[in-house]
Amino acid sequence: MTQLTGAQLIVRLLERQGVQTIAGLPGGAILPFYDALSASSQIRHVLARHEQGAGFMAQGMARVSGVPQVCVASSGPGATNLVTAIADACLDSIPMVIITGQVPQAMIGTDAFQEVDIYGITVPITKHNFLVRSAEELLEVVPDAFRIAMSGRPGPVLIDVPKDVQNQLIEVQELPPPAVADLPPQLDLAAVEEAARMINEAVRPVLYLGGGVIHSGASPLAVQLAEQGGLPTTMTLMALGAMPVDHPLSVGMLGMHGARYTNFVLEEADLLICVGARFDDRAIGRAAQFCPNAKIVHIDVDRSELHKIKNAHVAIHADVTEALEALLPRVKAALRTDWLAQVADLKQRFPMQFPDIGDPRSHYGLIKAVADALDDEAVVATDVGQHQMWVAQAYPFRRPRQWLTSGGLGTMGFGLPTAMGAALAEPERTVVCFTGDGSFKMNIQELATLAEEGLNLKIVLMNNNALGLVYQQQALFYGKRQFASRYRVEPDFVKIAEGFGVPALDLDQADDPRAALAKALSEPGPCLIHATIDREQFVYPMVPPGAANTEMIGG
Amino acid sequence: MIEQVADPLPQATAVAKVVLELDVNNHPGVMSHICNLFARRAFNVEGILCMPVSDGKRSRIWLLVFDDHRLEQMVRQVEKLEDVLNVRRHGAEHEVFERLEGFFH
Ligand SMILES: Cc1ncc(C[n+]2csc(CCOP(=O)(O)OP(=O)(O)O)c2C)c(N)n1
Ligand SMILES: [Mg+2]
Repeated sequence: MTQLTGAQLIVRLLERQGVQTIAGLPGGAILPFYDALSASSQIRHVLARHEQGAGFMAQGMARVSGVPQVCVASSGPGATNLVTAIADACLDSIPMVIITGQVPQAMIGTDAFQEVDIYGITVPITKHNFLVRSAEELLEVVPDAFRIAMSGRPGPVLIDVPKDVQNQLIEVQELPPPAVADLPPQLDLAAVEEAARMINEAVRPVLYLGGGVIHSGASPLAVQLAEQGGLPTTMTLMALGAMPVDHPLSVGMLGMHGARYTNFVLEEADLLICVGARFDDRAIGRAAQFCPNAKIVHIDVDRSELHKIKNAHVAIHADVTEALEALLPRVKAALRTDWLAQVADLKQRFPMQFPDIGDPRSHYGLIKAVADALDDEAVVATDVGQHQMWVAQAYPFRRPRQWLTSGGLGTMGFGLPTAMGAALAEPERTVVCFTGDGSFKMNIQELATLAEEGLNLKIVLMNNNALGLVYQQQALFYGKRQFASRYRVEPDFVKIAEGFGVPALDLDQADDPRAALAKALSEPGPCLIHATIDREQFVYPMVPPGAANTEMIGG
Repeated sequence: MIEQVADPLPQATAVAKVVLELDVNNHPGVMSHICNLFARRAFNVEGILCMPVSDGKRSRIWLLVFDDHRLEQMVRQVEKLEDVLNVRRHGAEHEVFERLEGFFH
């Protein structure tokens, strides 16, 4: 039997759960926890410069590992600063445990200094949340938080711990075992049989992979299913890397900025096999006109996704891995020569266009040059904007968890701290963060953390001195009234990086940008690579707002 | 990214009501999880009633809602809540709210 404070108990439970790294930023209401954490030899704390940075670092660690990761903040403003990173994790189903300090229980409800109802605030943006009322409750709550975060469809779970609970002494007989994920839902074999029959009978089937395939670790199975059934395969933004982009059956990313041929292939489909995807509006355009001729097989671990946007003819509520394992022996090997020839013909007639891809000073060319200098072991993160879509279109993703992007929330400021999280979790890899000048400024303070941690992270800043995607929309849909989307001053990003202690390379000044880039990417440690790009370049093709996916413009 | 352009919300024409009976864990916050879920999905709750049951570890919640086309999805979302143990559906003829009428008139 040991006597512990609530704070020490949390640290012990985190250690038992195998937590190695925590990102956070202290303040009054979380100081007992920090004091206890300082005594841990297992857990390393990374001091972020803004709590949002800490939240995204935890996300980065979780996105590359698939295991719940932890961030910490104090009460009040510390907790509210985490809100965006939590909402982002919720929409992209990222497993995360968030620990916040709270004012002592006796002061809750008195508008005490730095008191904010973070429990109430995070109800709609967490998978679950807790306000802990005694040290004893921690014995259940902490393992429960991890279990919930990793079970079924993953997501963020918040634990709000009042300061008196952190200080409360408790006699602990035995620590609970580390949490494990709940068993997946019971597989409905009759539904699997029916799905297999539909696949075997289909003439023009398409496999549609979403982020759930990555979360479930089912990418190899999905590729196997495609190969066995001769299924052209499209991926959502969240699923890039599930099937290598240059696999003969890949038809690339679907949706708003997908290739024309991809959306045309879907238009022709007579069966859509949707695996771990959720018919998001960016992916499917106008729902009523998406795959108008197709029957739908939908596999998802979250039952509420089935029949939500599109009614499925066969809905399988299951873990994607289990469902695919059951489906594989039932799907007949098929060549589908005619259908694949039709797909190849569409691809040839309406290919993805990459103008100027040979010029490393162009947007596509820069992305290509970076990819050429790296191998598939690299991790690629982005921020949000035109640069994000260009990378999604042009970077050759070949591995699950290689690609980290803010899909559901589309959060500017995501890139740098998330990439840092990836570098913290997988220090042996090179991590690249493609960012835009607008997004970069939203968490630029984390350059200080980056310099301190010396992470192997290269930031590729695609600078158009504009909120490019907004500028593009105003050009296309608001009569070219470009308002509040161009900056009138341009910071010296190279000096800023160097001021924070991060080495920088200005590609604009390089005589041989390709060689300079390759050199910067191959040297260990952090580096900012700055490149000016043309503001008048837009993301094409594009499905205009409210249109069907086949009504694309440009490209 | 880009603003959403969606069809206008179909007007709720359904007048039929449904009574939902939920078994939930009884601790502070459960009500806020449930009410928040309905509110953020713009789903109106016409009536709500909650009392602890048996040893006080559980509560039962009765909800009176309109039977519109989103109800199925709504129920699935409710079932996902960690503290909701199960959801049962009754027709409007269920008497739980009727018997309370006396307190409202
Ligand atoms: C936090 C946040 N605020 C606003 C937006 C809306 N938004 C989407 S893209 C974008 C411009 C991004 O600019 P930048 O990072 O420079 O990328 P670019 O489009 O120029 O490549 C804006 C303002 C957003 N996605 N996130
Ligand atoms: Mg920009």
